[in-house]
Amino acid sequence: MAVHQFDGIIVGAGGAGLMAALQASQGAKIAVLSKLYPTRSHTGTAQGGIGAALGNMEPDKWEWHMFDTVKGGDYLVDQEAAEVMCREAVETVYELEHMGLPFSRTPEGKIAQRPFGGHTKEFGKAPVKRACYAADRTGHMILQTVYQQCIKQGVTFFNEFHVVDLLMSSGAACGVVAIEIATGELHTFHAKAVLFATGGSGRMYKITSNALTLTGDGMATIYRAGLPLEDMEFFQFHPTGIYKMGILITEGARGEGGILRNGKGERFMERYAPTLKDLAPRDMCSRAITLEIREGRGIGGKDYVHLDLTHLDPKVIHEKLPDITDFVETYMGIDPVKELIPIQPTAHYAMGGIPTNSGAQVIRDEKATPVPGLYAAGECACVSVHGANRLGTNSLVDIIVFGRKGGKGLGEFVKKAVLQALPADPEGRTKARMAKLFEGSGSESVEAIRRELQQEMMDKAGVYRVEADLKKMLAIIGSLKERYKGIRLQDRGKKFNMELLEAFELDHLLDLSEVTVTCALARQESRGAHSREDFPKRDDANFLKHTLAFKEEGKVALRYKPVSITRFQPQERKY
Amino acid sequence: MKKVAFKILRFNPEQDAKAHWENYEVELEPTDRVLDGLEAIKGRVDGTLALRRSCAHGICGSDAMIINGKNMLACKVLVKSVKQPITIEPMRGFKVLKDMIVDMEPFFAKYRSVTPYLVEKDERPEKERLQSLEQRERFDDTTKCILCGACTTSCPSFWADPDYVGPAAIVQAHRFLFDSRDQGKEERLKVMNDREGVWRCRTVFNCVEACPRGINVTRAIGEVKQALAKGKI
Repeated sequence: MAVHQFDGIIVGAGGAGLMAALQASQGAKIAVLSKLYPTRSHTGTAQGGIGAALGNMEPDKWEWHMFDTVKGGDYLVDQEAAEVMCREAVETVYELEHMGLPFSRTPEGKIAQRPFGGHTKEFGKAPVKRACYAADRTGHMILQTVYQQCIKQGVTFFNEFHVVDLLMSSGAACGVVAIEIATGELHTFHAKAVLFATGGSGRMYKITSNALTLTGDGMATIYRAGLPLEDMEFFQFHPTGIYKMGILITEGARGEGGILRNGKGERFMERYAPTLKDLAPRDMCSRAITLEIREGRGIGGKDYVHLDLTHLDPKVIHEKLPDITDFVETYMGIDPVKELIPIQPTAHYAMGGIPTNSGAQVIRDEKATPVPGLYAAGECACVSVHGANRLGTNSLVDIIVFGRKGGKGLGEFVKKAVLQALPADPEGRTKARMAKLFEGSGSESVEAIRRELQQEMMDKAGVYRVEADLKKMLAIIGSLKERYKGIRLQDRGKKFNMELLEAFELDHLLDLSEVTVTCALARQESRGAHSREDFPKRDDANFLKHTLAFKEEGKVALRYKPVSITRFQPQERKY
Repeated sequence: MKKVAFKILRFNPEQDAKAHWENYEVELEPTDRVLDGLEAIKGRVDGTLALRRSCAHGICGSDAMIINGKNMLACKVLVKSVKQPITIEPMRGFKVLKDMIVDMEPFFAKYRSVTPYLVEKDERPEKERLQSLEQRERFDDTTKCILCGACTTSCPSFWADPDYVGPAAIVQAHRFLFDSRDQGKEERLKVMNDREGVWRCRTVFNCVEACPRGINVTRAIGEVKQALAKGKI
């Protein structure tokens, strides 16, 4: 058994993990573990921008940003956390610029900003230019820049180490177990504190913008350790995924003037959101597209609509949206300057995740009791700054602000904390999971079970939900879990056994799908990204509360946690 | 759906003394990516196939490999645009660890050798540093690099001399050398002027063809050479 000792372990090397590493490794011995190389992390695919009220193009205030975030999240946002995020977004963006991030610039040389869905001036009056961007490669630039700073600071990395278990001792985190992908060996990382920054779980759906590796490993690992997951019923569908592939086309395309059109050529968003139109928040646009398609107004009656950029100046398309131009040319053979782009909603972002307080400390119950030595940040976490629906650009704000906070908190914690003893046989659970997969006698394959899960989740737990479908989905997950036990791996080797990793990932997706559907079934209202056809209205009297899902005796048990409301009382959400 | 033929250079370190070719057929749509084909083979035909992949749309840089003799990202090539059988090999010049998976550590060591971060000597201002549109445009092309390794492993100078820092690292150096905010140019230029630096480039242009991000790598290398010749940026 290989045991490594560090003060702190950071799991995941996207924007949140790397930002945390920069903070935590100032004065503590920190290791960053990732199942990928850090530069492969999904932060790199974020396109349109990072929101911050710099006011470089027109007046803006962080309070307006906070209001938009709270309203965008359909009032399920914890306002205390949203205030932290929107205030600190401003200094955060300056810090990224200081680190060398090559933002696009205004003619005066300042950071350029553009409009984005749901971001407004004066509490909803009109769109505001708030998204700070680097063409349509903002995430790429963030990931590269923060990684560069980690190189400068000499951060210790364990690349291609897949973390599959959390170790706890007397109710506190004391390490993780990882599979070294190159050798297949298990490693125990013994530490005073652990921070999870493992990203999302979009691969539970068939059509998704998420990387093949976004399988919710961190969330599932926490859940399996007996800790709760928060608000998992809220999964965002981004309105503009490339038809059939799900590849993201940034909201920045609509920020630059792009328009959604149905099969009759109508600008249908005028009917759904008269003020913001195509710049309405993502949940509303995705629902509108779905309804247009259902009512026969998809393109040629099919299940997609068009994103129209043809009226934009070709210079704007080439200079401000070069990557999405490349994507539609590569994958669809379309020139967006002259042709309409077929799009459909694509599973994009988990608003829910590992519950934390605004210091990025993981909490264990509805009273928000922190777990000593355990932190989470970024998409895998639920602070909750996104509530029931995240606004565009706020994921990047979230990873930087709360990655930094979590790293700082962890760094301070390990200076005072003592190293807890490891539990007996720390690798036992992982060894047992591996043994089952190698020694299984069935004929099931990872790919077949995963394909069915993704298709069924798309059909039954997507943009719209209804009780009968959700119940069916739970039964399907139950049977897929049974079939999972019959998996027998073809690859019997140790080195780079990708089939083994995918089996672990599928195990995680099955757990998270079960949690998502159970939470969705219990929430008998429609709020943000969670739209129940059988309960079409928001119900503040009964459901203005966060869901906490626990694994208890192999089942999902639900409890609820109050929402922090400080500045903005819930109102009807109109745009 | 149509049957698509693949011919893949396989190597399993736990079984094989050397690499060998294997043939596969899977059902795919013509608009599927070559990566979709490899995933289908791995998922439905042979679970032992190993490759790195993540975002599947040309941004994360995981799946550079040789496809029909040319360096490409498997996720940026459509099945219909390449001849069958589609031949698949790992990138050339790095140690093959298993199938398409190569040892990237020497590549990242070279990346680290060019001071790949903004060197700041002055104090940080309260707000952003100003940068004109022209100054920003000067290094735009090389900011696009995703460190996939396609350029370096297409370069005959690198094949001949594995110590050559290689096009990818020079692209990274260029990104900072031509950034008006950077204050580490001297140190970086020294690395570029080393015998394993920029002068190993013979302007073969393979790197330009290989780059999945459309970076004009040879031009960037030329600009670094000029800066060295002139002694200034």
